[in-house]
Amino acid sequence: MGRFILRRTGVMLLTALCLTFIVFFMTNLHPNLEKLAKTEGNMRMTDEQVESWLVNRGYTQNVFVKYGQWLGVMPSPRFEVGEEVYTRCSRPGVSLEETGRFCGVLQGNFGFSTVFKGEVSEIIAKRLSLTGWLMLFVLIVMVPMALVIGILAGMREGSRTDRSLSTFAIATTATPEYVSGVIFVVLFASSRTGLSPILHEWGWIEKKTMFKGLASTAANDITLANFTLPVMALALYGVGYIARMTRASMAEVMTAQYIRTARLKGVSFRNIVLKHALRNALIAPFTVIMLQIPWLLTGVVIVETLFNYKGFGWTLVQAAGNNDIELLLGVSVVAVLVVLVTQLISDIGYVFLNPRIRVS
Amino acid sequence: MEALTSLQIIGYVFLQFIPVWVGMLVIFALSIMTKNRTGLYGRLFDSPIGMVGFALVLFWVLTAIFADAIMTHAPLETASGMKNKLPGTPLRGAAEGDFQWYLFGGDNLARDVFSRMVAGSRIVLVIAPAATLFAFMVGITLGLPAGYFGGRADTILSFLANLVLAFPVILLFYLLVTPEIRAAGAEIRIWGGNIWVTSIPNILAAILFLFPILFLLILFQSRFFTRPMLRNILIAGTLLVGAWMYSGLAFNADPLGLLGMDPNLLNIFVSVVFVNSPTVFRIVRGLALDIQTRDYVAAAQTRGEGPWYIMLWEILPNARGPLIVDFCLRIGYTTILLGTLGFFGLGLSPESPDWGSTINEGRKLLTLYPHPALIPALALMSMVLGLNLLADGLREQSLKD
Repeated sequence: MGRFILRRTGVMLLTALCLTFIVFFMTNLHPNLEKLAKTEGNMRMTDEQVESWLVNRGYTQNVFVKYGQWLGVMPSPRFEVGEEVYTRCSRPGVSLEETGRFCGVLQGNFGFSTVFKGEVSEIIAKRLSLTGWLMLFVLIVMVPMALVIGILAGMREGSRTDRSLSTFAIATTATPEYVSGVIFVVLFASSRTGLSPILHEWGWIEKKTMFKGLASTAANDITLANFTLPVMALALYGVGYIARMTRASMAEVMTAQYIRTARLKGVSFRNIVLKHALRNALIAPFTVIMLQIPWLLTGVVIVETLFNYKGFGWTLVQAAGNNDIELLLGVSVVAVLVVLVTQLISDIGYVFLNPRIRVS
Repeated sequence: MEALTSLQIIGYVFLQFIPVWVGMLVIFALSIMTKNRTGLYGRLFDSPIGMVGFALVLFWVLTAIFADAIMTHAPLETASGMKNKLPGTPLRGAAEGDFQWYLFGGDNLARDVFSRMVAGSRIVLVIAPAATLFAFMVGITLGLPAGYFGGRADTILSFLANLVLAFPVILLFYLLVTPEIRAAGAEIRIWGGNIWVTSIPNILAAILFLFPILFLLILFQSRFFTRPMLRNILIAGTLLVGAWMYSGLAFNADPLGLLGMDPNLLNIFVSVVFVNSPTVFRIVRGLALDIQTRDYVAAAQTRGEGPWYIMLWEILPNARGPLIVDFCLRIGYTTILLGTLGFFGLGLSPESPDWGSTINEGRKLLTLYPHPALIPALALMSMVLGLNLLADGLREQSLKD
């Protein structure tokens, strides 16, 4: 077991290195750097001025060298621009002597965001905590809903309940966040269409709309009105997949010999499901739920953009859209790590949960 | 002129779609009549879910085919005074021969939402299946040997596939589908006075578009090498057509000037193929690992058949069930991915009528004027739902074997 975890972790680190290098390479392509020089320096710089701006700040070094410096395994060189002396660690109000020779991610220095004018690590930490709340509520809604649907459907395979729940699960997988988000806003958050005007007329709700179509206020204060729609939009797309996996797993367990034995012994159907089948049926969905978390990442970006919730996904869009190279790199590192760590946990968890699998 | 009532709108929409209804009736009648002779396709008509799915997919396919007849206005045409107008509003200043209403209203640039939805179906239904097909070609060509031979090549390919799979899709799109990346590279002068830029999407296209040709070449060679005449004809034909299409699609330098791909479109196409291929690779590899233990593979090996013959003519046909099901699901997923790209305004031009871009355009005034975003959203949902139901029906029927 120990060796298995060690090997998996090794592969994970190798993958992380490869992926961050790819992101580094693609964000540091020459046209991106030219754009950076023009936004940071002067829009009307000539090509020669752009080139010298880049040379002065070390952007024209070999990409592997730059990656090493960014990672913090190679010392960051000093650059002189006129009177000033720069390194990667340079910040206004910090003298050069206070900063170390290495200024990379491994030293905790993710760089400086050109759009938000702040430390990348601080920005990401703040935005990530906002997204954490979103994810928490999504998981609270999504996982129990999916498991209940899956178990009810898989309990009696082929029954009418199974057919209607399975169709519902298929329908949710056909509704990406940007579709369900639009439908929810039209149905619940518009004062002109959907249910809100009707309910308002009947006097059931005091405000003009049931829910808010924007979640920007949720950053300070999460309420039912501003958080329901984004959470529902995200949860809905994921429910179908987990529910189908749970159903398949449940249906398989229900045909097992020991369930048959329990049935023939006269155990009630309720007890068979709750005490015998459920435990074994939940092993497979665990893996799926863990693997669903990186998948939610795309959804988070969509939902945060649609509902203007300024979390991690929104930051990604801002960084990519405004050519904020350091911030985009920081965001990518976090995104890649989230994916890899959840994969690792799901692999290890699967082995722990399932006694039939013995790792050699 | 009066605005149309809801019932009238439904009536007129129904009339506009008449070519589609006729086509669906004919196809359904023919299919049900011959269903005992058409194998898996025929058995689809025994499952209600499969039939509903097939009907939805067929509806959109026929809509894309007859789009010119169905559209009431040109998708880019604007009309004064029709900005954000509600569904059923009469067209102001319509000429004699024009269609008199905006059936699903106008968008924020006073274009007809109905016609844009219909025009969008054409874009989606060309790109999504084509991209999925390319992803399958790549996945099959690499996945079969990885599963069959195993060894070091398998380890490397699997690691690469996992690498791409660990990449958050949205991040990959933001890195791969930008205007800057298309300019990043050296310009190379190629045949016919065309210029090719060595940017990442172009290089990826040059690699990925080779796989279908490679696949067909191996397919024919492995089977017909004992009949040189036939083999030579097939291979020469593949090479000729392949080289022509390849020069047009990958290099945008078709010597005949018939085929070509807009650089924006190429960028999107390549990214979507790139994202989908590793998953197909993993599925095919798994299937190859499973099927190669069967007796008929052992029999072929004993007969002395070559490894590629066994992979392509013994393993692949027997893996068709799960592959067809996954193909349907994957077209749906690709449609969603294309919508995501449009939603973020990546890739296609902003005035493009594809569903993702229209949703993106419409969402800005969503609470005031819902129809410009709602209509393409429902269109996208119904098509993906159709594909998913179709896949479910096919799975159910193929399991009955």
